[in-house]
Amino acid sequence: MAKTPKPEELSKIDYKLPEKGWMDTPVEFKEGMYCHGARPQYLETVDFPNPRQWSSKKDEDWKLPENWKEIVLNGMKERLEKYRSFRLFMDICVRCGACADKCQFFLGTGDPKNMPVLRAELIRSVYKRYFTASGKMLGKLAGGRELTLDVLKEWWYYFYQCSECRRCSVFCPYGIDQAEITMIGREILNLLGLNTDWIAGPVANSYMRGNHLGLEPHTIKSNFDFMAEDIEEVTGIKVEPTFNRKGAEILFVAPSGDFFGDPGTYTCMGYLMLFHELGLDYTWSTYASEGGNFGSFTSMEMGKRLNYKIYAEAKRLGVKWILGGECGHMWRVVNQYMDTWNGPADFLEVPVSPITGTRFENAKSTKMVHIAEFTADLIKHGKLKLDPSRNDHLKVTFHDSCNTARGMGILDEPRYILKNVLNHFYEMPEETIREKTFCCGSGSGLNAAENMELRLRGGFPRANAVKYVHQKYGVNMLTNICAIDRAALPTLMNYWVPGVDVAGVHELVANALVMKGEKERTQDLRLEPLPEKVGAENV
Amino acid sequence: MGALFSFVVVILLILVAYVGVAAAGLQSIFGIVIPYVAVLTFIVGVVYRVIKWGRSPVPFPIATTGGQQKSLPWIKQAKLDNPSSTTGVIGRMVLEVLLFRSLFRNTKSELRDGKLGYGSAKWLWVAAIAFHWSFWIVLLRHIRLFATPVPSFVNVLENLDGFLQIGVPRLFLTGVILLLAVTYLLLRRFYVPQVRYISLASDYFPLFLIMAIASTGILMRYFFRVDIVGVKELTMGLVSFNPVIPAGVGTIFYIHVFLVSTLFIYFPFSKLMHMGGVFLSPTRNLANNSRMVRHANPWNYPVKVHTYDEYEEEFREKMINAGIPIESTVLPEEFEEEFKEKVEDAGTPVREEE
Amino acid sequence: MYNGGKILFGILIFLALVTFPFYNDIGKANVRPEPKINTPEIQKLSEKQCVESQAFMKANHMTLLNEWRDSAVRGGNRTYVASDGKKYTISLQNTCLRCHSNKKEFCDTCHSYAGVNPYCWDCHIAPKGAKK
Repeated sequence: MAKTPKPEELSKIDYKLPEKGWMDTPVEFKEGMYCHGARPQYLETVDFPNPRQWSSKKDEDWKLPENWKEIVLNGMKERLEKYRSFRLFMDICVRCGACADKCQFFLGTGDPKNMPVLRAELIRSVYKRYFTASGKMLGKLAGGRELTLDVLKEWWYYFYQCSECRRCSVFCPYGIDQAEITMIGREILNLLGLNTDWIAGPVANSYMRGNHLGLEPHTIKSNFDFMAEDIEEVTGIKVEPTFNRKGAEILFVAPSGDFFGDPGTYTCMGYLMLFHELGLDYTWSTYASEGGNFGSFTSMEMGKRLNYKIYAEAKRLGVKWILGGECGHMWRVVNQYMDTWNGPADFLEVPVSPITGTRFENAKSTKMVHIAEFTADLIKHGKLKLDPSRNDHLKVTFHDSCNTARGMGILDEPRYILKNVLNHFYEMPEETIREKTFCCGSGSGLNAAENMELRLRGGFPRANAVKYVHQKYGVNMLTNICAIDRAALPTLMNYWVPGVDVAGVHELVANALVMKGEKERTQDLRLEPLPEKVGAENV
Repeated sequence: MGALFSFVVVILLILVAYVGVAAAGLQSIFGIVIPYVAVLTFIVGVVYRVIKWGRSPVPFPIATTGGQQKSLPWIKQAKLDNPSSTTGVIGRMVLEVLLFRSLFRNTKSELRDGKLGYGSAKWLWVAAIAFHWSFWIVLLRHIRLFATPVPSFVNVLENLDGFLQIGVPRLFLTGVILLLAVTYLLLRRFYVPQVRYISLASDYFPLFLIMAIASTGILMRYFFRVDIVGVKELTMGLVSFNPVIPAGVGTIFYIHVFLVSTLFIYFPFSKLMHMGGVFLSPTRNLANNSRMVRHANPWNYPVKVHTYDEYEEEFREKMINAGIPIESTVLPEEFEEEFKEKVEDAGTPVREEE
Repeated sequence: MYNGGKILFGILIFLALVTFPFYNDIGKANVRPEPKINTPEIQKLSEKQCVESQAFMKANHMTLLNEWRDSAVRGGNRTYVASDGKKYTISLQNTCLRCHSNKKEFCDTCHSYAGVNPYCWDCHIAPKGAKK
């Protein structure tokens, strides 16, 4: 693995452009900027083409099938006919450049091919050359270029330097969404077995075992036992979650990242404590134990194959509706793909909160509610007893995850919750939050180890905004509603803004939650001492 | 490179028209045949391209949400930036098409001492709005040459456009704004490094072409003084399908018409199709109501899945031991090996080390 | 989802807009307007000649009128020396309109044909018989 430079060096980003045009500048594979190629067994598990042992270094033999060019062009043709977005986005870009400095990977790397417009142009040039009259006749003059092995490798390198965060699409006057182009580009690459190991592994795991980490049912159970022990230590209350229980009212699906590893587990403990306090009739599933969907970073079909389990399990268990945990791309999938892929979920009922009676009209077709919506509704109705002073040791800011911000729009629910469970909340600058939020730099399956420099660079704009509130207000806690954030941001903070921790919103909810029959709390969920109480307890 | 090429092409186009009319006397080619071909190509081409887009479905509801979603009744929804109803979508599209709302958000980022700052950057929006609106008004004003009697709204438009009453014939502001805006758009392609880096010949060509069209139009109106009655006789001849070439209309007019014809012909083959495409963009013209209303994908097809039964087959024993309920009470062992093998192959990816 | 109906509707609007000039004017006779110069005053003239040549007047009457206005109203000079040396009084009312008293058949024919809206009559009183 490449040695990661120091922050002072890394933040000197060189935006100088190469002398030669981008078409004449061959791609260079920089260590620390790309992932390992997918191992064959992962591809075999899900019957993907061209499984083989290969190295993703540029100069190695990628062991492509003889007719790879034909496969790519046919794959493009098929997708031009299947996705209006793809054909339209190939056709109408005017290269105004408004997207250029909106991408965190461009801002963090200075590599012009990370400008969304050029990332799109990598494939648009091939589209023009092979699928348009002007490009066939005029070639380079019309922006067309030959599909060569170098071009293909360039696609692979740059389509795995995009986190599908859609920030460019907010600023594009035609709404051209590079995420969509990246997704389709990756689909085409997968026709040749060109995935990354870090994506293909979780996909295979998720397919066979129900979650990215490949946790088997009994392991999930024992992880929960550990969390229950910690909860008991903090509160004196024993939570007893159930798994695969038929007849429960609600199926709860969270990203499996929350089952394993800090700080995700704290968020998971938050769910457990909240549901216990409410006496919610709900169940977890070990089969549908993953809300996240690395399939969607691979191909639409793979996304659908993994997502299938959620409705299938809801049907098998006979629940009334589904509640979903804090996860970014899971909610992009739930909000924009699930119903279309695997619906209609006519065997479920329109979700109604058993505590407040609120009918979630906005989820009446998918029958799946976001936990931030659920909890915000509880707080609004005064159903939770909260002691925000228990979070007084925290100065908190909120990072909108790219997917929930721009593929859903869940912005105010988590903020409402946070403002009710803690006293010190500070927003980052407005250009870096809500629909303009920056990605953590590790989304869409980029959170591997071998591409660490890319992740740190891509996360630079986010970290920079955190640093601003860290220095200005002393912010020491970066909250979010995304498992990839919880996995990736601690690394990012350690590197760029030491002294800032990362937490899911429901960890802080549980910190503040006054539970019936709990012992006096002296620790937060991290088993760290609570701040000294000043005066009477503020309930 | 692309810029120089495009510039030369436009100059050549001007020369072709000049030589064709002034030297070869091919008025009827440049005044009748080419305009007809151009209009036909434009109409057929644009319709063809739009239908081609239309033939590819929108399989998924991929609205880009630019604000708060509709959720709980007491949370204020951003109805225009994250619409959940048709009305909201229409509002969003109107703002997008008429006012370039997304472009209005534009910011400029700057890295200073390891800190990223973001500033407002509205010039692109200003130039784009000025360019498109003045182009549109200029186009509408030209209806005076294509309709008898001249519709009253065109007269109103002219009076507004010339309200400053500068010079005779009075100066139309839109003509000047168009030329200034297109010049700005061209200059930023030269001088903003990132924009220069991404610009292709097909970006420069329409700018030079439109610049030439606006310039010849202005020259013709204010400086060379073509015989406007003669011009209208020609244009009316075209639209009433009784084409004539009146005597005494200056060559500059034919150059102008030839450049406009070139633009019409070029249009459907180029990025200029964004005019139609902006209406079809699925990230903008769809409501974010996909949890309320199911969006159908015409090519949705059954896929191979890993069913619960297959899952339980593999883990039944472990589930029983962990006290997790199972469906079946029988343990068919003959399947055991096959699945075990698959899972072991799949392995567990290594979590990043801290 | 195709939204075929909406797309076709959009195409129809597009076609209606771009083909407007054609269906609006198809079959209409394309008659070149001929301004009439048969007023009694002109009939009386032995040499039927305006202040400058016909060709010059056709192309430049608006500039000339503008210069006249500036010269008379702003400069106080009411004498125009034509290119052939003849002198004329600078006056729209008394010089131009004395001969061209038929605004409707003279000025308006071309102006309305070409959609030109001169603002002469914002200040000047249009000759009798003219509507505007």
